[in-house]
Amino acid sequence: MIQNLPWLFLLLPLVVAAIDWLCFSKCPRTAAGLSTLSAIATFALCVAYLNGWQTGTPDIYTWLPTATEGMTSLSMGLVTDALAMRMMLVVTGIGALVHIFSLGYMKGDSSNLSRYFAGLSIFMFSMSTIVLADNLAMTFIGWEMVGFSSYLLIGHWFHKDSAADAAKKAFITNRVGDFGFLIGILLTLAVFGTITFAEMGGKAAGIAPALLTATVICLFCGAVGKSAQFPLHVWLPDAMEGPTPVSALIHAATMVAAGVYMLVRLQVSMGTEAFTETACITIASVGAITAVLAALMAMQQDDIKRVLAYSTLSQLGYMVMAVGLLAGEAAMFHLYTHAWFKALLFLGAGAIIVCCHHEQDIWKMGGLAKLMPLTVLCFLMGTFALIAIPGFSGFFSKEAILHAALETCPVFFWIGAGVAALTTFYMTRLCLVAFCGQARDHGAAEAKEAGPTMLLPLLALGVMAIISGYGFIADFLVPYTGFEAHGFELGLPFYVSMGSLALGIIAALLVYGCGKRTTDPLAGNCLSTALRKRLYIDTIYDKGLIGGIQEYGAQIIEFADAALIRGVIVQGFAWLTAKFGMLLSWIQNGSLRGYALVAGIGIVIFVFILAFTIPTL
Amino acid sequence: MLIWLILIPVIAAALIGLLRTPGRATAIVSATLTLILGVWAVLSATFCPECCDSSCWSAFGGSTLQFRLDLPMSRIMVLLSVLVTFAAILGMKAPNKDAERSWSISALLLSTGAIGAFMSDNIISFYAFHELALIPTFVMIGFYGRGDRRTIGWTATIYLGLASMVLLAGLLLLCAETSAWSFTDMAANVREGIVPTSTCLIAALLLVGFGTLVSLFPFHSWAAPAYASAPTPIAMLHAGVLKKFGLYGLFTLAYVFGPACTDLFGCWNNVLLVLLLGNILWVGYVTISQTRLDNMLGNSSVMHMGYIFLAFAAYVASGASNELAFKGASLLMLAHGLTIAMLFLLCGQIESQTRTLELDSMGGLGSKLPALGFLFGLAGMASIGLPLLANFPGEFTIFISCFEGWTPGAPQVDGCILGTIAGWFGNLGPVQLTLIFALWGLVISAIYMLRAFRRIFEGNTVLATERATRLSCADIAAATFLALFIVLFGIIPPAL
Repeated sequence: MIQNLPWLFLLLPLVVAAIDWLCFSKCPRTAAGLSTLSAIATFALCVAYLNGWQTGTPDIYTWLPTATEGMTSLSMGLVTDALAMRMMLVVTGIGALVHIFSLGYMKGDSSNLSRYFAGLSIFMFSMSTIVLADNLAMTFIGWEMVGFSSYLLIGHWFHKDSAADAAKKAFITNRVGDFGFLIGILLTLAVFGTITFAEMGGKAAGIAPALLTATVICLFCGAVGKSAQFPLHVWLPDAMEGPTPVSALIHAATMVAAGVYMLVRLQVSMGTEAFTETACITIASVGAITAVLAALMAMQQDDIKRVLAYSTLSQLGYMVMAVGLLAGEAAMFHLYTHAWFKALLFLGAGAIIVCCHHEQDIWKMGGLAKLMPLTVLCFLMGTFALIAIPGFSGFFSKEAILHAALETCPVFFWIGAGVAALTTFYMTRLCLVAFCGQARDHGAAEAKEAGPTMLLPLLALGVMAIISGYGFIADFLVPYTGFEAHGFELGLPFYVSMGSLALGIIAALLVYGCGKRTTDPLAGNCLSTALRKRLYIDTIYDKGLIGGIQEYGAQIIEFADAALIRGVIVQGFAWLTAKFGMLLSWIQNGSLRGYALVAGIGIVIFVFILAFTIPTL
Repeated sequence: MLIWLILIPVIAAALIGLLRTPGRATAIVSATLTLILGVWAVLSATFCPECCDSSCWSAFGGSTLQFRLDLPMSRIMVLLSVLVTFAAILGMKAPNKDAERSWSISALLLSTGAIGAFMSDNIISFYAFHELALIPTFVMIGFYGRGDRRTIGWTATIYLGLASMVLLAGLLLLCAETSAWSFTDMAANVREGIVPTSTCLIAALLLVGFGTLVSLFPFHSWAAPAYASAPTPIAMLHAGVLKKFGLYGLFTLAYVFGPACTDLFGCWNNVLLVLLLGNILWVGYVTISQTRLDNMLGNSSVMHMGYIFLAFAAYVASGASNELAFKGASLLMLAHGLTIAMLFLLCGQIESQTRTLELDSMGGLGSKLPALGFLFGLAGMASIGLPLLANFPGEFTIFISCFEGWTPGAPQVDGCILGTIAGWFGNLGPVQLTLIFALWGLVISAIYMLRAFRRIFEGNTVLATERATRLSCADIAAATFLALFIVLFGIIPPAL
């Protein structure tokens, strides 16, 4: 009985979601409280597990048994190894903080509060399913369900057209990735003979490399969708239409990192030899391209959440690049520190947005440092971690990735260093414009410090943004078995990252000064316009692929269906039948003489046959 | 005993027709009785086969009738039939008292025919029951349909009538060549080596006949207009239950033939693979370009049949040893029946609220009627295969079944495009290659279903949705009933 306690990670949020949605739509406060309590409870359970409270292997639930010997049967089991449980700490820890933050953030939206919290609980269930899954089919179940909860929460304010469209876009883009992921799962089943992680080990050696490449790249497609990598990155910036706490939890800290987690899980269970060179180069390149493009686009965003969204894309690109460089431990380390400081940045942005009366444009803020010092201080903690100032968590994890890149493939090292400079530039820009100088709009001028339900999670995350990179906590908590956080060492990576840090800060200071400007001096030229228009990638998708090929293609097929199948074949057949009937009807002309004639001829023929073919008669 | 599943609705229909008892009330009583009896029969046949053997099932007044529930798929189908019948009758909203009587009689006869066909062991009665069920469909479209009901009704009548003739020819030929007139005898004869000789002809007749009834591409064009036109309970019963007759027939014959089914159907398996891709991709894109909800749902139902045909192809290719394909097909048939019935039911309610089904003239209904939005969202998500809802286990099992028994060879690059793609993934066989293309259907179905949901329920309210009034509990009772089973079968797929 007691060994089944990890099932609570899944069942508790699922049951709470159902209760919230069905029973408490009339009393949203109860629903909110229930959800928050369940998140805190799973966090406590997770901490207990990490402190060595192991109870044995949880039971496996076979939901689709088969009778035939050797036939695949589908089951659900839980993996409670260090990788999974430490990832669970990120999920439940940030999850609990976001629940608490939401209590304050969503106060004004009481009518739909129960749906919102039910959505969060479904998310907690689905994310835990991905993390604890012991086979790829179960991962896929969680995979689809996080997509669904993301759809639900992005479209929380579904009466807004932009939110409804963004939710739809997120779901469908993810489905495109899942198309590849599913092929990958099926190939894994055929190639490895199993989809259970524990049974995959050591089987890669005897398989043709080209087949491994196909399998791994197909599985990677899933990560491209879920972790918003180029070319399927387009949904993530739009997903910012959702409530800000949702962006922090789902679209920054946990769900979008699921792709990275899945890849690392595969690397651990299949063994790194399953990741062939071609597959690795593909994965690392996709990550690097995403990191660069997203960092460029982030430089010219005016919406505070969009800046952070592109920054998330860019950081995810970093992690995927590290996975491609076979540095899974560095990827997970960065995932882990990034989760805390990016959640902090988003929640900080959320607090700022609420306090500025739902103003998201940084050019309408300004001078916030004086008005809401604590929030801004927390936000700065997150920024320092993100731009990798030595001593903050992000510094250590970024160093780890740069180290790995330099050892494996120096090209990716220099790309990483360049992205670091861009990151520093856009984050410094954001802070200078929003926090320094004078308020540019009345919303920002009336800003006040946020309430305690919002400030407490911020402070907690602020502490984590600093300390989560240090050995004493990272060695214990980084979600990778046997990993030791890179100590600080002088060397090329350190000098280069210090150089890019200095470069970014100085450039941003030169361009934006101390927040005195009211418009972006870089705006207006064609490069800036291209970056603001997201390098026209979305436009190509909307106008070309969706509006063009898909829409017109569907219209043409519809037309062909109507004209060819319904028109020519079916109607043609009917017409032929009718004509044939007309032809026969000519015989039935009602003339007695005609009938008599035909009957007479018939009798003659009949007699003729009788007389000549049956002579014995 | 099983005979009561057929007698109760017939008696109820006779009461309504001859003694003029209240239509809906009588029908509900009958549907409740068949629901209880059906569920009980299915459960006891599954979990306690020794409680009531075949003689007790089929005994009736001293004589033995050829009804049985020993095939796994017939249990699933009977379960589906009684569930959907109950929901269809519970959710029925006829325009007036007379219409209510004829709607009830039609719904009852339709479900009688379906249940009779799914329980029949005798092949002629299997065929005849289905014909019986088709009649009310035609009549109801002709008298109470929407739009150009006469043309649509006649098209469906002639189309399905022809298909039935082709099917009958195939069945008679098959029976004659195996010298068996019931599934049980046929199985015994096949085991003894009495197999048909003109297999390709028989298989072609059966595939065209059954295929047309299930709207296999390119014999699908009757389906969407007929569903869009038919009154809600008839659309629910036909799309949800009766349409599965063709697939049930194919699977049952393959099951009966066992390993010999490859010889029977194998001749056309590759053709079938191409045709079912027509269902999934061609009809999928036709569905995307629909502008009316009812047409979209009708086409989506045609599209999803492709996956069940895929399972059939995998089952045939494996010589009836692919248990997963059989299981996945059963689960998906059950799930699809429940979901499409629920979608048609909600479609009827949306129309009665907004008096339109044009997607472009709706919007924001979710803010006005959150319960309807929730139920439609649930059914829509189920139909696009969201885990924890009924369709997912079926679909996923079918996907896996296609790769069952296939061992990858060394990847190689062949001359043609298909060969190259197949070579890439380690020399895929025809079934596996088809599956890869068929998986794109997951994206297609997400596009049209989310688009419809977006246009109807999200965004700002417009004129048509402004006048929506609050729904009562009675209005959503039938949909809630179906929703419960969709969730239940999603979490615990029935192991029948």
